[in-house]
Amino acid sequence: MELPRRNPVTRRWLALSPAIVVVSIFMILPMIILLVFSFMEADPYGGVDPGFTTEAYVQILYERDFDDLLIFDPVYLNIIGRSVLLALLATIGCLVLGLPVAYFIARQSSRTQSLLLYLITIPFWTNLLVRTYAWILLLSSDGVIEQPLKFLGVIDESLDMMYTNGAVAVGLIYSYLPLMVLPIYASLEKLDFRLIEAAHDLYADRFRVARYVIFPLAAPGIVAGCILVLVPSLGAFIAPDLLGGGKKLMLGSLIQVQFASARNWPFGSAVAICLLALVMMMLMYQARIASKRRRETGD
Amino acid sequence: MNPVINSNIAVSVRNISKHFGGGKELVKALDGVSIDISDNEFFTLLGPSGCGKTTLLRLIAGFELSTVGEIFLYDEEIENLPPHKRSINTVFQHYALFPHMTVEENVGFGLRMLNRDPTEIKRRSMETLELVKMDQFANRKPVQLSGGQQQRIALARALAPEPKVLLLDEPLSALDLKLRQAMRMELKNLQRETGITFIFVTHDQEEALTMSDRIAVMSAGKIQQVGGPMDIYERPINRFVADFIGDSNFLQAKIESVLDNQANCLLSDNFSICTSLVGTHPTGSTVTLAIRPEKIKLNDESTLRGDIQETVYLGTDTNYIIKLNDSTTITVRDQNGVTGDARYSKGQSVGLHIPDSSVRMLAD
Ligand SMILES: Nc1ncnc2c1ncn2[C@@H]1O[C@H](COP(=O)(O)OP(=O)(O)OP(=O)(O)O)[C@@H](O)[C@H]1O
Ligand SMILES: [Mg+2]
Repeated sequence: MELPRRNPVTRRWLALSPAIVVVSIFMILPMIILLVFSFMEADPYGGVDPGFTTEAYVQILYERDFDDLLIFDPVYLNIIGRSVLLALLATIGCLVLGLPVAYFIARQSSRTQSLLLYLITIPFWTNLLVRTYAWILLLSSDGVIEQPLKFLGVIDESLDMMYTNGAVAVGLIYSYLPLMVLPIYASLEKLDFRLIEAAHDLYADRFRVARYVIFPLAAPGIVAGCILVLVPSLGAFIAPDLLGGGKKLMLGSLIQVQFASARNWPFGSAVAICLLALVMMMLMYQARIASKRRRETGD
Repeated sequence: MNPVINSNIAVSVRNISKHFGGGKELVKALDGVSIDISDNEFFTLLGPSGCGKTTLLRLIAGFELSTVGEIFLYDEEIENLPPHKRSINTVFQHYALFPHMTVEENVGFGLRMLNRDPTEIKRRSMETLELVKMDQFANRKPVQLSGGQQQRIALARALAPEPKVLLLDEPLSALDLKLRQAMRMELKNLQRETGITFIFVTHDQEEALTMSDRIAVMSAGKIQQVGGPMDIYERPINRFVADFIGDSNFLQAKIESVLDNQANCLLSDNFSICTSLVGTHPTGSTVTLAIRPEKIKLNDESTLRGDIQETVYLGTDTNYIIKLNDSTTITVRDQNGVTGDARYSKGQSVGLHIPDSSVRMLAD
């Protein structure tokens, strides 16, 4: 069958149409539903009732007292703040751990490289929930970490590692570390290691080689890795639920709770939309910095 | 233990060996190499691919550690110094310019790492860029430059910190012939102007002969001969050097008699040649004589005769491949006449005159 001769613009759209359909159905449509739900009324048995209201968004900042007066209530703002902080902590942790790992992998022979990359992806083979449960065994009082320490007399009392922000951060770092390693590896793998020798030759010690050569050249991978870790960390709910014990609620858990036990779909949708807006703002800010830098360096 | 204090020697390589791998895979990239490179010298390492030139440079630069031996930089042992603590800079074969920095930042990098004053870095970078005639490209990125231009930047970057020694690993090999020839002269001039000791690596004998003060010919991880370009060309000590540098005929001859270290050797047709005895060859033994094709004269009066088997036109000259009466073949390079014609043709019988002074007995 011969394709009708159309102008190239039409042809391009035609070729893109399957992708557009997929993206519309699986990404744009759910977001529109979410947006619509967030402006509807909550049904006490779950789901939504028709009618337009901004109640869900008001609820994020205020609480209604018995006289129906709005009282400022920072409980959800706290959750947002904690989510951002923990997500940033997880991102920094992943970067600090992931950069040397990626560098190490990129310096191996190509056979070892593929083996190591394979090993990095092994955690993805099992469910995140199960793997996070494993951390409970490690961190809990009288768990795998504490018992030997107690036995050796290093500690007398429990370290109380579970149900802390630290435990949640560890869980997040653990969950998303591969997402940091892989993009950084991808950009380091393209890096010409002769540049490192050249920098050494020109009187740069190890630290300065990292600072002036490796870091700038790995920057695209580092940025990609940070986004890949930061965004899911913001919305994570498995690690906060299991390791934070529900006491250290994060945005993801908050949303999840609204749709499950709390049965307040509009509120859950509104929080989800806020999270989306937060992420979009960060990505746009990052894009602006990147394009500004590109303009400055004249690439 | 106590090295002889001799500040005229910039780099002293003493009995260096470098082995890679082990067991069956063992590669002796360098095998007992010793050389002294003088201050302010244009020194060339010349040898075929894989003979260990790059390895030797990398050892001097500090990127590799030797298996055995010592390296001194102006009487200071530098084996244990990392590259960034050696006042030695390298011009890499593939330039290795920093892609994320401008030309000026590239050139200023070394000075910046030495914590020099920013105004001095700026002044010195521009000065060096002027030296290599690239000052108008200061704000470009390396990708926006041609190969030849990148090569100059690599040179400027290595020169800017004013190292004691500059290492150049086949810096011209990626350039086309015309550019390469122009750069040879420029490099030589740069070396004279800056007074920096250059250690230059090449496998191109013409490059080595035209630029160097001294040349070390290397083969299979060993130094074969060290000497000025003329020494190396006119007085090669062994078959490898005679063969690698320029063209050579290798003729078997019998030593008839020896007097005052001068050996009288007999060739085909009992043509006798008198040359200095090299090595310990007894009277009556067969030795190899090396003779350059352009030193042999075609002369009908000579007693040494042969038939022209083949003529190869080379533009200015013609190569005649001649079969002697003892059936060895010999190549003679003869200048063409004013009209450009070859003076002899295929099949012709000719006489060959080999001047005594043009012959060199080989030790091996
Ligand atoms: N890292 C290494 N591991 C194993 N063998 C090596 C290594 N580097 C060099 N070699 C071997 O050492 C020998 C000398 O290599 P080198 O690079 O010094 O040669 P070269 O004279 O610079 O050759 P070229 O003119 O091709 O650049 C070669 O046989 C090479 O295979
Ligand atoms: Mg080499």
